[in-house]
Amino acid sequence: MRRPRVGVVTFPGSLDDRDALRAVGAMGGEGVPLWHAERDLRDADAVILPGGFSYGDYLRCGAIARFAPIMEEVVRFAGAGGPVVGICNGFQILCEAGLLPGALIRNRSLRFVCRVVDVRVETSLSPLTEGLVAGDVLQIPVKHGEGQFVASGEDLARVEGDGLVVFRYCAPDGTVDDGHNVNGAANAIAGVRNDVGNVVGLMPHPEHAVDPDVGPTGGQPLLASLLSRALARV
Amino acid sequence: MKRRFEVVVTLRPGLLDPQGKAVESALPAMGWTNVSDVRVGKHIVLTVDADSEDAAREQVEEMSRRLLSNPVIEDFRILASGELPA
Repeated sequence: MRRPRVGVVTFPGSLDDRDALRAVGAMGGEGVPLWHAERDLRDADAVILPGGFSYGDYLRCGAIARFAPIMEEVVRFAGAGGPVVGICNGFQILCEAGLLPGALIRNRSLRFVCRVVDVRVETSLSPLTEGLVAGDVLQIPVKHGEGQFVASGEDLARVEGDGLVVFRYCAPDGTVDDGHNVNGAANAIAGVRNDVGNVVGLMPHPEHAVDPDVGPTGGQPLLASLLSRALARV
Repeated sequence: MKRRFEVVVTLRPGLLDPQGKAVESALPAMGWTNVSDVRVGKHIVLTVDADSEDAAREQVEEMSRRLLSNPVIEDFRILASGELPA
């Protein structure tokens, strides 16, 4: 049986594509580089939209990347049930593309934040959290200036009511409070999924948290989950 | 016929506008202490070549909805439009 193929899209201005490819490889998958200007997912079993500043974040974060040629294929892949993960800028792109609810705006502090945070898993029904249970706390770094999740009152009620919240910023013991809400996100939301449960976006960077030599390893179970989802499609 | 349009994009009223807040907090330091409710938006100017004013405006509206603004967080207004000399 072949290793699950996880495509990682490189847009002009992507920064974390190489780390994502490396992390997929370190976890036993095969990282497949994808290029924004092509319409080919190269038989990927899962797709990651990585962090960075696609198209310089001009207009709005993710607003222009969302119309890149490869996104037509990503939208089709997601529509067919394929697992799609957006990390940081990738999360912004998925929101702009309408694949995920809400939007990401400037951090409440007005400052770029770059540090390790604790996030609480809210559901196992996502491509990143299979095998985890609600309440699990993971240490993963964030690094963003525009990561404050917002949604209209109606959308936010739906996101909460339908259990679409996948991660929340929290204290090390899992308590969600304002002090640990690193960017002022609505209800401390760090990641959400779509209704079907095959598309997920998050601001923290699991691909930077797989190697114990360089920091926390909270990204390992998330990528392991993604690989298991991808494997199911091989 | 080429027509010039101006589109103004602003964060929706209920949403915190961190840029507006930053500007607002800088103004008192410069001596202006009577300023409140500062909001920062985007001003986009573009030229459209279309057969009629209506067609051009309709296109600008669609572009504003689909790319220039994000309806989840922003409103837009199409301000002036005017014909350009050929």
